[in-house]
Amino acid sequence: MRGAAYTNSPKARRVDLGLVLSYLFLVTFGWLNIYSAVYSEEHAFILDFSQRYGLQFIWICISLGVALTLIYLVNPRNLPPLSPVFYVIMLVLLAAVIFLGKEVNGSRSWFFIGSFGLQPAEFSKITTALLLAFIMSQYGFSLLNRKDVVRSALVVLIPIILILLERETGSALVYVGLILVFYMEGLAGWVILLGVGLIAMFVITIAASPLAALVCAFGICSIVRFFLNRNLLWLLISIASTVLMCYIPELSKTETFGFLNILKPEIWALVIMTPYIVFWVKDIFVRKESREGRYLIFCLALAVVMVFSVNLIFDKVLQPHQKARIENLLGITEDLQGIGYNVHQSKIAIGSGGFTGKGFLNGTQTKYNFVPEQSTDFIFCTVGEEWGFLGSVLLLAVYIFMITRIIHLASKNKDAFTRIYGYCVASIFLMHVMINMGMTMGLLPVIGIPLPFLSYGGSSMMSFTILLFIFVRLDMERQMKDAEF
Amino acid sequence: MDKKVLLIAGVLVAALCLVARMFYLQIIDEHYKVSAQNNALLYQTQYPARGEIKDRNGNTLVGNKTTYDIMVTPIDIQEFDTADFCMTFHVDINDVRRKLKNYRENRRKIGYQTFTFIKQVSGQDYSHFAEKAYKFPGFYAISRTARVYPYEAGASLYGYINEADSAYLANHPEYRRGDYVGITGIERSYEDVLRGKKGYNIMVRDVHNRIRQSFKNGEYDVAAEPGKDLIASIDGPLQQYGERLMKNKVGSIVAIEPSTGEILAIVSAPGLTVEDLSNIRKEYSRLATDPYKPMFNRAVMSAYPPGSVFKTVNALIAQQNGVINSETRFSCSRGFYYGGGKMGCHGHRSPLNLKESIMMSCNAYYANVFRAIMKDPAHQPISEAFNHWKEQVNKFGIGVKLGSDFPAELPGTLPSTKTYDKIHGKGKWSAFNILSLAIGQGEVGATPLQIANVAAIIANRGYYIIPHLIKNAPDSARRAKYTEKHWVDIDRQYFDPVVEGMYLAVNAPAGTGGTARRAHIDDIVVCGKTGTAQNPHGRDNSVFMCFAPRENPKIAVCVYLENAGAGGTWAAPVASLIVEKYLRGEVLRKEMEQYVENTDLKHNVPVKTKKR
Repeated sequence: MRGAAYTNSPKARRVDLGLVLSYLFLVTFGWLNIYSAVYSEEHAFILDFSQRYGLQFIWICISLGVALTLIYLVNPRNLPPLSPVFYVIMLVLLAAVIFLGKEVNGSRSWFFIGSFGLQPAEFSKITTALLLAFIMSQYGFSLLNRKDVVRSALVVLIPIILILLERETGSALVYVGLILVFYMEGLAGWVILLGVGLIAMFVITIAASPLAALVCAFGICSIVRFFLNRNLLWLLISIASTVLMCYIPELSKTETFGFLNILKPEIWALVIMTPYIVFWVKDIFVRKESREGRYLIFCLALAVVMVFSVNLIFDKVLQPHQKARIENLLGITEDLQGIGYNVHQSKIAIGSGGFTGKGFLNGTQTKYNFVPEQSTDFIFCTVGEEWGFLGSVLLLAVYIFMITRIIHLASKNKDAFTRIYGYCVASIFLMHVMINMGMTMGLLPVIGIPLPFLSYGGSSMMSFTILLFIFVRLDMERQMKDAEF
Repeated sequence: MDKKVLLIAGVLVAALCLVARMFYLQIIDEHYKVSAQNNALLYQTQYPARGEIKDRNGNTLVGNKTTYDIMVTPIDIQEFDTADFCMTFHVDINDVRRKLKNYRENRRKIGYQTFTFIKQVSGQDYSHFAEKAYKFPGFYAISRTARVYPYEAGASLYGYINEADSAYLANHPEYRRGDYVGITGIERSYEDVLRGKKGYNIMVRDVHNRIRQSFKNGEYDVAAEPGKDLIASIDGPLQQYGERLMKNKVGSIVAIEPSTGEILAIVSAPGLTVEDLSNIRKEYSRLATDPYKPMFNRAVMSAYPPGSVFKTVNALIAQQNGVINSETRFSCSRGFYYGGGKMGCHGHRSPLNLKESIMMSCNAYYANVFRAIMKDPAHQPISEAFNHWKEQVNKFGIGVKLGSDFPAELPGTLPSTKTYDKIHGKGKWSAFNILSLAIGQGEVGATPLQIANVAAIIANRGYYIIPHLIKNAPDSARRAKYTEKHWVDIDRQYFDPVVEGMYLAVNAPAGTGGTARRAHIDDIVVCGKTGTAQNPHGRDNSVFMCFAPRENPKIAVCVYLENAGAGGTWAAPVASLIVEKYLRGEVLRKEMEQYVENTDLKHNVPVKTKKR
């Protein structure tokens, strides 16, 4: 019976049902939520094509058509060799939109054909993933080879730069997630840890103080070093230094130590940690230090540089609205009418949902444009309000299922191209879901990127569908091979 | 393969962070469910009763009555009987139709907002509405308080309240459109105390905007906190009496309790009546165009020439500076003659010493005193002497704002050397050019409040407390401000001859030259100083300041009557009646009372009626 089923419709049987079903769930759920978010009694028909839910239905239909095309009509063997071509075409579009595109909300990332907009940045994720998979899957590629590192990094960096030039910071940030692909393909784990650590330094410096960041960095590094060399004396010295650093602000208030005020506390912290570091460097020169110890002091140095350049980054690199969003998130400034308005409204909407939510179409908060952009970037508000904690967790669970399923299928695949491409898809989805939900719930600064398959919009719906179904199609190859064996 | 496990673990940890956040926002933190911007909740504002104002004896001067504002939420309006609606509230049907049309046209913009439809509906109309409120969906009433003035006095002091305008709202974010706010007078000075705190009831509505029930049984409702009552230093009966005496006169009465700086009565005539105040919206344009300017509070705003009462100030300063003493005598032959000029004086014996100069108000004496101050060798040249004198006068509260709790209080005028430099040229003026300052004429202008304060300073022999209207200011800053003694830096002994002179002016036997014999009261020792200030428009202004009794004074009074003639003739009797009324509780000199009350001095005042 089974064999007969295979021969009758071999391909339909072999698509990964889990991915396809979660995809169908997400687009349907998204469509219902857009309907609810835009709903008004004057246009109650869900297929009213003058409204966003009507249009979204069209996008869903087209996307389904594209998905079916990918599954039935595309030969995945052609994809790797064609990926440089796609990539270059997309770079041209990305560059062209900077000059020819229309400015929307301060960024130049849209082409308009009639009333329909097209956002190349959405689609360049696909081409970047394809080319990255193509390059990294070539025979002999290794992240230990510097030339290969540069090549693969350029594949990611070029679109990032172009997208930054379009002032679509959010979309550019998504590419940072591709670091996970490098990690899975051989990049050392500590690089990612270092990245996370530097971000933490940035946040602590802004939210607390540079001194606090230095205390954390120095404290952690010296404790880790203790586990490397088990030298109790140096542990005690570092603990003493750390405690001393903590007391700088208190001491500088007293009269005896009033002279401390002539320098900033973070400078004094540097002075205090100097002896420890000097002996550490000495150990390196007399080759007593382990390899990990050398990496560690490199990390500490980076952290210190980070702390002292935060103000520069914050004031010079970031644009004023980005700065304001970060300050708002960290509670440094509160401006519920201005920059904090979206997030405040969105938190109210989500928070008012409670455990079970207010029910479909019963959300009061997401109606009448209380939450701006609520059918696009802030669609999760409607979910949170109308479906409550249960619905939100379920939605997140579906995403996590989808992402882990992709990682699982990719890692099982013997074909390097499919595997790497899968990791790319998973990390892109992961970035989108985390950033979008984190932003709507006030965990992350406002970064305008869509929630995959839920947010209103043709470009994003299409690009996520293509991204996912190329993987579904590639994954079918493995299953067919399995079946042949 | 442990990288894969790590990656998946990382994904799960990140997801867990999001779940934790959802849990916090949606289940733990109630704050987002009761947020004012949550439009599932309807916040029905509860307005607090405004604080009342009572006089020092407990009479209610400013009270409250309940009225109702009819509110409308346009999105909830359904068809209703407009004719019935208009009958209920006695409003014009076209007005109602126009408003409804406006709501219909702007319904997208309006959304769920609520507006005030009719303001200040009476309790009777409200009860009619309440019976048939079900016929008018979208409309509901909220109770507001309106001001009533049960005691017929003091209308010029209280000020009025009105809805906060856009400019006020822009500067005071804690106010919302439709809130009432004190615009003038005490209502304005003590707005923060009187207003109380708004509360709200939270109601839940569904997506169709039907109000369902009270949110969580009112657990998060906040009751309105009524405003605090104020106790005015005003003595109701005295205030009323003062207004009665001033009915047909133009000018002011200010009475202060010297030991506390509390204002016992303050009359500006013509002034507002409590009827005017209750209907201020209707009466406003009439009051604003009245040629006698009833809204202008002369007592704290008008800079009048103080006239001879100012001699007391010069007498005190001259003694302190050591340029005269109590026995210094100057002669007078019907005036003071200098380089071709003459300052006239009335006939009296000569020469006089200090107390007699006060008693008989000799101009020549003060011309000499003032010249002595200006030629004081300790302060030369004259500009230096003048500045020194000016500082000393400022200490008496003249030429500066006293800092009372009248929002409209003005500083009066006191010239600076610059003024004279401009008139005469720098260094080209002498004491003779500014000699009129000796007798309170010329460039000096004082408000009746400032003159009464001078009387209080003399009564206290050297200090004053800033005159104020409210006894129980709730905040320590204002309490401190209105209990602090301001010393004028004149030694106590210098007050004795001045007080003696003021005593004699009122109480010296007839025929000895006392200028204020009409202020004499049989068993109350009044000390006073008359003033007759030249008025370029018509007759002289009649001025009198006094305090009583002589020892431990309980009241200091200034009476200033425009175009009433000599100070001893009209201002002195008015002041003495005020003193008697306050200290005795009743006036025994009925004849004097009748005489003052029935004399019309208002029509001496030349008024310009605006013609358009």
